[in-house]
Amino acid sequence: MAATTVTPSADLLSGSARRRRKERLVKALFQGAAMFSLIVSVAIVIALTGQAISWLFDIDLSWLWAGVWSPRSNQFDILTLFLGTMLISVIAMVVAAPLGIGAALYLSEYANPRVRRTLKPILEVLAGIPSVVLGYFALTVIQPDLVQLIFNDVGAFSYLAAGIAVGILTIPLIASVAEDAMYAVPHALREAAYGIGARRRTVAIRIVIPAAVSGIVAALILGISRAIGETMVVAIAAGATGSAQRTFNPLDGGQTMTGAIASLAIGSDRARGSDLAFPSLYFVGLLLFVLTFALNVASERFVRRFRKDY
Amino acid sequence: MSTIAATESTRRTVELALRGRRIDVRGRAFQALLLLTLFISLGFLLVLLWTTWTTAQPVFTDRGWDFVRSDVSSLASRAGVWQGIVGSLILTGFVVFVALPLGVAAAIYLEEYARDTALNRLLIANIRNLAGVPSVVYGILGLVVFAQALRGISGGLSYISGGLTLAVLVIPIVILVTMESLRAVPASIREAAYGVGATRWEVVRSHVLPYAAPGVFTGAILSLARAFGETAPLLLVGAVTGYISTGGDRGLIDTLQGRFTALPTLIFSFSRQIGDDWRANAAAAILVLLVVILAVNAVAIVLRNRYERKW
Repeated sequence: MAATTVTPSADLLSGSARRRRKERLVKALFQGAAMFSLIVSVAIVIALTGQAISWLFDIDLSWLWAGVWSPRSNQFDILTLFLGTMLISVIAMVVAAPLGIGAALYLSEYANPRVRRTLKPILEVLAGIPSVVLGYFALTVIQPDLVQLIFNDVGAFSYLAAGIAVGILTIPLIASVAEDAMYAVPHALREAAYGIGARRRTVAIRIVIPAAVSGIVAALILGISRAIGETMVVAIAAGATGSAQRTFNPLDGGQTMTGAIASLAIGSDRARGSDLAFPSLYFVGLLLFVLTFALNVASERFVRRFRKDY
Repeated sequence: MSTIAATESTRRTVELALRGRRIDVRGRAFQALLLLTLFISLGFLLVLLWTTWTTAQPVFTDRGWDFVRSDVSSLASRAGVWQGIVGSLILTGFVVFVALPLGVAAAIYLEEYARDTALNRLLIANIRNLAGVPSVVYGILGLVVFAQALRGISGGLSYISGGLTLAVLVIPIVILVTMESLRAVPASIREAAYGVGATRWEVVRSHVLPYAAPGVFTGAILSLARAFGETAPLLLVGAVTGYISTGGDRGLIDTLQGRFTALPTLIFSFSRQIGDDWRANAAAAILVLLVVILAVNAVAIVLRNRYERKW
């Protein structure tokens, strides 16, 4: 009556071959999908640099410093576009930074859960409004009813109106990233402050904001990056289509990097293949990509810092 | 007697100091200021909706459904958005069939399969960066890759090029949102399934995905809304801003390889026209776009609030 013990072979434990094959196949499919994003990045870099460099070889490099952006007459003054982009982002940040951070502080420190639950989705709705709509809003409401009301002698287009609209677009982004950072500040810090008699405002300003500062900086950098990349508002409300002058005046109309790309894309320059005007958009696109990429990497650094701390 | 009076006055002083002023005026003012910033932000939304509605109203009272059902025209009184609606729906179809499967699959790999290697960290960092690339840059990518290099398949400046460009644009967003919902499913669910002998794919398919589904759907819907309103990349791959003729008896392939327009593109071209009647048309087109996008957003938010699970 000796009991026979059967040692299961390794073969038996590893399950059926069909099941393993299927498992490998599924994994390979998913891995392929994940690798696709890398292909996209490489394609962006190759497409932009390849076309931009071949354009740079075709032009006279002094054209990049012509003082005027007028692609049809071979004047590709990059500084004009860069100044326009900076003007838009500065105006947008003046609007969006206080509003976004203030809203974030209220939602994180003052609002009770019920208020939070109703107000946050409304902010998300604002985030979901397409940028063409804000462009139209800038052109038909902000410019005539706000900018032209305050300043005299302003045309139909201005950097100011476009910048305000871009600011409105970036408020939800700044508010949501900043609020995440403030919400992540540990309760113990707040309670310690309350314990020694601090008031709510003191806690908000002296405890929560310093503790969340890297997240707030990340939110602002992301906001700037978003403002630099915003296209449709500028294309509709900032005005310049054919050419633009270097300017620091926010009441002027003018061109930005994104606006220049859009107007080259829809302009009739497209039909004339031999012209140097249309391919200049690759070069401007490359600069835009490099600029926003650097800002996004910087903001990622800051986000990682506040994640690490708490 | 005097000692009692002294302690009494000390007690009162101490109590007063401890209690502070009954109403913290500056604190209240600060709170009101913060609330004001929130209301200003939301006020923009209200003013935007209100002005759009009042500007658009004449178009709808005069023409009603005719505006929605008409084709593009050079006459403001006859122009409509039908071609734009059809175009946007076709483009969104590409996002549904290309971006959602690819994005969800990539997220499953990164969250459920990938080990913490240098390559996988690079993949995730890369996806985060892609999500922040401006949409015009995707337009240039679409122009170079889909409209020029793959001209033979896509037909150049066509629905196929436009749709694939939008799909590539939203893939990083789909991946990030899906990863977040997968991460929220507790490890104990997976361990229970492994414990009874399920393979990794079986765990994902029958246990993780069902629990993560509401979050995945919400993210998917929001990405569709994003793609639906996107304009700049479409301009780069040749969305028609002027007159476009569609219809006729073209086959499906011919249509997809042909020139296209979309609802946001029409809004852009209407806004650039001069005159009050075009302005009203632009507002009316915006209203149609916003109705679609807000409805989609509302569905997503309701879905999330109803099915969101706290573990």
